[in-house]
Amino acid sequence: MPYQVLIVDDSKLARMVMASAFRRIRPEWSLAEAANADDALTAMAGGAVDIALIDFNMPGTDGLELVARIRKTHPAMPVAIVSANVQNEIIGRARELNAGFIPKPLTDEALAAFLSGAALRLRKVTP
Amino acid sequence: MTGNAGEPIEKDALTEIEQDALAEIANMGVSRAANSLRQMVGAQVLLSVPAVSIVTRGAASKLVERNDAKKLVAVQQSFEGPFDGRALLIFPEAQSLELVRSIVGDQHSLEDVIDLEHEALAETGNIILNGCLATIANVLNRTMRMSLPSIIRGDGASLFEVEGAASGGQFVLFLYIDFNIKKRDVHGFIALLMDLPSIAALKEIVSDFINAIDKQPSGHAG
Repeated sequence: MPYQVLIVDDSKLARMVMASAFRRIRPEWSLAEAANADDALTAMAGGAVDIALIDFNMPGTDGLELVARIRKTHPAMPVAIVSANVQNEIIGRARELNAGFIPKPLTDEALAAFLSGAALRLRKVTP
Repeated sequence: MTGNAGEPIEKDALTEIEQDALAEIANMGVSRAANSLRQMVGAQVLLSVPAVSIVTRGAASKLVERNDAKKLVAVQQSFEGPFDGRALLIFPEAQSLELVRSIVGDQHSLEDVIDLEHEALAETGNIILNGCLATIANVLNRTMRMSLPSIIRGDGASLFEVEGAASGGQFVLFLYIDFNIKKRDVHGFIALLMDLPSIAALKEIVSDFINAIDKQPSGHAG
């Protein structure tokens, strides 16, 4: 079943790369984009978002802070941090927040693996 | 290329999406490289959001002289390839010993740390700058040749060759990211300076990259 995915990244190029990967991997899913944490939270409040993919290094609220805020209202939503910052602390913090981690430069393989897991989890939640 | 003293070319030299692409690609390079530094110092490396601008060498040199820290030490490597320029890892001079100490360990005496400073800075710079440029080259699918690292000391103007062969009024593409090592009093910048004659080449490469986004080989349906 198609899901609605929110892409959060301050870089338009990064959102384009992500959207392009989706067209190859999950062309039937719908995408929404946000360029910062505030816009992301507004989109979340709309209630239509199933999965969120979030850049770490953004001006203002960073991706991990954003995930922490999302977790307050969406404890089980499949969420991943997408970043070239592969330091243990970043990946470890993502895990603590029950979020996945997808390294940049983005590959179709890494994105596809996360999305398969996310789709399985969502199917369990909403039979 | 009309870098005269009038209205500078910076507004038009790169489009918004080109600047965005460069910042994002540089961010990937630096973020990856920060992980190498993290492995060397055993503490998290915090990075700023990258800034990309086209400025004169003189203006760039002022940007790195923050908080009155005019005495700087930098590891620099030149690169050549589809575009030419220099990558620099820059610290306030007062902090370079603290960086070396965070790499070699706190058990070493000050004399040892001073002895090791040059070598440790060159090696650190080599790992970080190579890591950064290698990621950028891979993302852009181009090859870049890098010189060996050299260490320069002085103010921003001497780092960026404001005087001498290259004039301070010459425009460069300047890209920089601040970093801090957590729990250590070490902060610095990673800066890329690209010569303006390369900007045309750079525009073409970035535009090829953007156009190629949708043409990546597919192979994993569903």
